[in-house]
Amino acid sequence: MAATIIIDPVTRVEGHLKVEIEVDQGKVVEAKCTGSLFRGFELIMRGREPKDAQQLTQRICGICPQSHGLAASLALEEVFGVEPPENARIMRNLMQGINYVMSHLLHFYHLTALDYVKGPDMAPFIPAYQGDYRLSKEDNEAVAHHYFQALDIRKKCHEMLALFGGKMPHSVTSVPGGVTERPTPDKIVSWVWRLKEVKQFVDGVYVPDVLLLGKAYADYFRIGAGCLNLLSFGVFPLEKTHQQKFFKRGTSLKGREGEMEVARISEEVTYSWYQDETSPKNPKEGATSPQLHKEKAYSFVKAPRYAGLPCEVGPLARMWINGDYRRGISVMDRITARALECQKVVQALEDWILQLKPNEKTCNRVNPVRQGEGAGLTEAPRGAVGHWIRLREGKTENYQIVPPTNWNCSPRDDGQVRGPMEEALIGTPIEDRKNPIEAARVIHSFDP
Amino acid sequence: MAKGEMTRRDFLRFFGTTALGISLGGGLAAETLALEKVEKVLPVLKGLGDGRPSVIWFQGAGCTGCSISLLNAVHPHIAEVLTRIINLEAHQTLMTASGARAVDIYREAMEKKAGQFILIVEGAVPTAEKGLYGRFGEDEKGEKTILHWVSELGRTARAVVSVGTCAAFGGIPAAEPNPIGAKSVAAVLGKPVINVPGCPPHPDWIIGTLAHLLLFGPPALDDWGRPHLFFGKTIHANCPRYFDFEKQCYARHLGDDGCLVFLGCKGPIAQADCAQRHWNNGVNWCIGSKAPCLGCVQPEFPDRLSPLYAALPEEKIRPAVHPLDQKLPKEGR
Repeated sequence: MAATIIIDPVTRVEGHLKVEIEVDQGKVVEAKCTGSLFRGFELIMRGREPKDAQQLTQRICGICPQSHGLAASLALEEVFGVEPPENARIMRNLMQGINYVMSHLLHFYHLTALDYVKGPDMAPFIPAYQGDYRLSKEDNEAVAHHYFQALDIRKKCHEMLALFGGKMPHSVTSVPGGVTERPTPDKIVSWVWRLKEVKQFVDGVYVPDVLLLGKAYADYFRIGAGCLNLLSFGVFPLEKTHQQKFFKRGTSLKGREGEMEVARISEEVTYSWYQDETSPKNPKEGATSPQLHKEKAYSFVKAPRYAGLPCEVGPLARMWINGDYRRGISVMDRITARALECQKVVQALEDWILQLKPNEKTCNRVNPVRQGEGAGLTEAPRGAVGHWIRLREGKTENYQIVPPTNWNCSPRDDGQVRGPMEEALIGTPIEDRKNPIEAARVIHSFDP
Repeated sequence: MAKGEMTRRDFLRFFGTTALGISLGGGLAAETLALEKVEKVLPVLKGLGDGRPSVIWFQGAGCTGCSISLLNAVHPHIAEVLTRIINLEAHQTLMTASGARAVDIYREAMEKKAGQFILIVEGAVPTAEKGLYGRFGEDEKGEKTILHWVSELGRTARAVVSVGTCAAFGGIPAAEPNPIGAKSVAAVLGKPVINVPGCPPHPDWIIGTLAHLLLFGPPALDDWGRPHLFFGKTIHANCPRYFDFEKQCYARHLGDDGCLVFLGCKGPIAQADCAQRHWNNGVNWCIGSKAPCLGCVQPEFPDRLSPLYAALPEEKIRPAVHPLDQKLPKEGR
């Protein structure tokens, strides 16, 4: 007989998430993901001074504020018709890149590992789900120890970001036109030396731990595939026109590679707590009109679709589309691709930091305009993020945000098709209904 | 000794002399604290459980940035805070337990541990539509809201600390048009709490306030419930660019040298010690990186400080009392 299991809250995520699964004959047969908090950033942005967007929208996420601030800066630069100097492009890549490392370490050790590894015998590490913790006692102890070491390394990443960003979380230096901070030699050196330490940890501890987990939990390479569509906006521009990027922009739809055309994105809200009249819409024309009491609706997350299809975003999507990782799509592939991406980004940071020119400028002047529109597309550590802004009489008339979690944790769309995480949960074996640890592993693999 | 009262041994354990199963590296400076301080501390700690005091952390309408900032603590290191100083029974981002098990921890604190835990709230409280814009957990009676948990936990907590500007003053979720009716924790509870604002707060402010509470009792607070220790003077009064201000050397474009008041710097009204403390292990801070202070520690943030890059009104920039002559309230010194 089928049984419903409600995981509310799903902890070790950023934000408020609830997951409801139906289990029949030991397998998940139905799944619903609910984003259970609405703050209304799109409504708050209306009527404000456009430049404030890059500060205010960072507060969407305390783990990836850098990416939201950058998306806002890019959108505003399109509106104002300004291009940042080379130093700013590089500094933004450095800040964004080191926050990838910070976020990936945090995700693996602090948000995910406890689904596979037993922590110390004290709160907040207990109580935990009972389940198949498969590592040997020695390996388990080692990874648990790395949990604490990783706290230190991720803190160093924030120090590096703050060297150019002022402070973290919520940095202050990336503004339309460039970056306010200057890349002085002392900052560069301080960066390089911290990066050495970070690299040592990533190469010597993080990647080996992930590979260790992959061996012990090899069956998770066959669990949690999901919708099999991948999307990336592309990130880390390598020259000033942003044509060439370190991770390229594109899609892979059921294995077929293609372009990523913004016009083919729609957001649908039949199953979300927003007015039906606003569905579907391209974010450029998007609307956010909350409606709480609505039959069928079960989430504050909208359902973005590309060419009508749900798409998974994140490190695996980026690495896949870029041709860096093609083993498969599953729980363990997500975790592995994230670690390998981290390693690849660290290597790039070593080069980029030395491309800064201490005596050259970092910020171009902006001549504000009163009308216009712009889009800022980039990739947060956990996936594609887009901001769309429209100005009227010098104020923000409309603002739309499509964060990565909208893609991955979306509810059903207008055509009743499940979101990527919902789809990934289908078929997941659940050993013990009271301890749905297998479902938690699928959920956390997305870094929701 | 009455039940629940701390013994010397408990006190020492609280300060981390218990060896943990795994090495966390580094010792805790407080281990060397003189024993005579025990007596002074006892009345404060009494009733906060055995050993490490229980802390229940609850996230409302926020971004988790305050928690991430706390993870950036340097001295004491966050690993020591988590495992040796406090007993962090619940924290949505860090706790292993999910679902009903997680809800049970919060419920047990509420029902069975009244007066025995410190409640830390991060994020504002959505109050519109009976709190349905922010839902968290459910039991046999149905879905629960952030409003429910903050109200109930706040009622039974021994002390309530609002961490971050959202919890302290409403912050960005409460910005116009405030579609979810976001309110501060104090407004929801209808009683004073200790506010540690900032978007996010500096980790030293969070840990320093907790340390004050545990070791020396509640800290002296200003009219906004903020500890004087960290929020006693304006950024302006201690700003390295104050000399530029006096000499009327003003930055005209972002990235320029000079005082940033005309680029929107809120230093003249923002009360915090960022100028001396600096951020992220001391490597930088907002004005240090040539960006204006946003005034994120203020109850006016963000609406009454917007546009963020526009100058404050003249009377706020040049108040009747010279910033360097502003007197601190007595207990704050």
